[in-house]
Amino acid sequence: MTTSPFDSYRPPEEGRRKRRRDSGIRRAGDLAKGAQRSWLSRDGGGRREAPAVPDAEFSSYYGQAIVKPVPWDHKISAYLFVGGIAGTSGIIQAGAAATGNAVLQRNARLTAMTTVALSGAALVADLGRPERFLNMMRTVKLTSPMSVGTWILTAYAGFASVTTGAEVLRLLPARGPVTALTRVTDALGTPSTIGQAAFGAPLAAYTAVLLADTAHPVWHESRRELPFVFVGSAALASAGVQMVLTPTALAGPVRRLALAGVATELAAMHQLEEHLSDLGIDEPVTTGQGAGKLRLAKGLAIAGGVGTLLSGRSRLVAIASGVALATASALTRMGIVEAGIESAKDPKYTVRVQKDRLEKRRQQGNTEDSVVTVR
Amino acid sequence: MGYLSRQLSGQTEPATDAGWQEAPRRQGFFTDTSICIGCKACEVACKEWNGIPLDGLAITGNSYDNTGDLGASTWRHVAFVEQSQDRIEAARESGRALVDLGMPSMGAPAPAPEPSIASPAGYGTLPAPIEGHGPALTDMLSEKANVEAGGTGDYGLTVDGVPIVGPVPEFRWLMSSDVCKHCTHAGCLDVCPTGSLFRSEFGTVVVQDDICNGCGYCVGACPFGVIERRTDSSVSVTADSHVPNVGVAQKCTLCYDRLSHDQTPACAQTCPTTSIKFGAHDDMVATARDRVTQLHEQGFTEARLYGANEHDGVGGTGSVFLLLDEPEVYGLPPDPVVPTAKLPEMFRAAGVAGLGLLGAVAISFVGSRS
Repeated sequence: MTTSPFDSYRPPEEGRRKRRRDSGIRRAGDLAKGAQRSWLSRDGGGRREAPAVPDAEFSSYYGQAIVKPVPWDHKISAYLFVGGIAGTSGIIQAGAAATGNAVLQRNARLTAMTTVALSGAALVADLGRPERFLNMMRTVKLTSPMSVGTWILTAYAGFASVTTGAEVLRLLPARGPVTALTRVTDALGTPSTIGQAAFGAPLAAYTAVLLADTAHPVWHESRRELPFVFVGSAALASAGVQMVLTPTALAGPVRRLALAGVATELAAMHQLEEHLSDLGIDEPVTTGQGAGKLRLAKGLAIAGGVGTLLSGRSRLVAIASGVALATASALTRMGIVEAGIESAKDPKYTVRVQKDRLEKRRQQGNTEDSVVTVR
Repeated sequence: MGYLSRQLSGQTEPATDAGWQEAPRRQGFFTDTSICIGCKACEVACKEWNGIPLDGLAITGNSYDNTGDLGASTWRHVAFVEQSQDRIEAARESGRALVDLGMPSMGAPAPAPEPSIASPAGYGTLPAPIEGHGPALTDMLSEKANVEAGGTGDYGLTVDGVPIVGPVPEFRWLMSSDVCKHCTHAGCLDVCPTGSLFRSEFGTVVVQDDICNGCGYCVGACPFGVIERRTDSSVSVTADSHVPNVGVAQKCTLCYDRLSHDQTPACAQTCPTTSIKFGAHDDMVATARDRVTQLHEQGFTEARLYGANEHDGVGGTGSVFLLLDEPEVYGLPPDPVVPTAKLPEMFRAAGVAGLGLLGAVAISFVGSRS
């Protein structure tokens, strides 16, 4: 950071400058602004040379980010949301099949297939080169949660298409090719039902690793809590969807699952906030841009949970609670994605976490693993 | 250490781990920022050689740095920092604290070179000051004579106990040419789902443009914020106005094409002050250690190495730097750790959560046989 005696001649800085390389649109806006107060028309001298970071809590390079935020938008939040529903619906359909709940089984399978298709579409749409999405399949890479996730998603979709196929065939009049295909789905039915459930759980959980395995302070530091937030969120969302689709008399199991999901998510989210607050980087999840969504999500999850308790008789209450729960899950995913990206954009989070852990290690007498060395 | 545990963190030979047999010596940079003059020739040479498009023209207002930072179309970036006297003193103090902490000397084997305690150290600013700025040569010479005659000097001692001659200047520039670190454990490479990023035989990390599908995961996984996905806002500088590799992750290749033909990377070849040195990684680390020792002897306690420790969070970087202040001043992370180092822990947590989900659904269905 530049502070010299000469800086005292400069007028006070108004706020952080926009970085110039954010997007084409942003840049055009900057240029327009620049036209109003360019070096020709500005009143005082050197306004634009003023220090970029007003508070001197730590030194940064003109307030620029140290790590780069992932170039992801809410297509990824949408993927996390529908992927969670898909994964848990895959387990619900197995439970329904095992207990002979044909309506819940059908609804869960159709939900699973729809959401897994949507999640695949969201993933492909978020690529920089969508036409090359098949390149994901040219390798299996255990160090890459995205590669692992792609294979989980693929295996899941394979099983889901068999179970969903069985349901669709059941809806069609049984003659000719339908009968022949039904024989195939019947033969593959049980292994596919189990396979879909077995891959449903990792599909709902791995997305937490996907986010945590980055240099974004909020995501990386919440690596122990995030999987529980995400499976809780997935459970309450998929249970919510089934509460909307399935008659209340048959929806008892998903109501219990919804309550378990709400409890897990709220508890894990609380843990996450506590942990980040211990590290001094809870701002993005408590007061930042994504924090509003997370608060709203919490409120909706509690309301949906209370509604679930009361929805044993009334389909209307069940539908309202289900919608509230699904919305809560969507907002949680959006909030977490936004908070993580926000924590990458401001260097203070990166520096605070890293300096603190460095200092802690030094106090323990461990100086062997520092990136900075002398002699 | 076993083959598997070597893959995620710790000291290792990256090319061998990646499966290269009879790999050549690992290549790397040593960027000595103490002799960088901020000419940006490295930036230009890199752009020219690699045919990198323009990513906008703008005045950032950040000293002479109108490049911004490393990114898809900026593979070398010269940072400019202006510092006043108190900042220089603070940097010198933080460097001295590192020496007092007994910071490691990159691996036990080679002992640090013996400091040649011969003549008094001086602050190497230009010895022909304008009125009131910087030390006067005559003052420094008389100070030197005084110290040599047995005096203690007015400006304290170096870490080696030699009296310092000449005051700390009122102002200094920090100029530093930043580049991809080509980490021993590279976050970008680890998380790439397509295998587009790969470890070259030289131990460097390179993107295969025609494989990358632009998932953007590497961008978030780099602890140094180096790699970036190229957007269509890039501007071509070629006659056919073609912008290559839009939507694809891009970064320094350590001039893989030039290395394959025993050539020096463009930036190192063009650097007029030899601030950017290129060679075998071991040699670069050795050179860096010699240089930091030399600077300490001369009283530049603020000098320190960055990335030369193979026990650090990324297993040591292929590009080693000599810095004159804390890393964050240059926009570098103070304690980078490759995110995948914690991958087993993450997968364990996710596994427990996933099993919990299976259990929760199972319990929900208990007793609901219809």
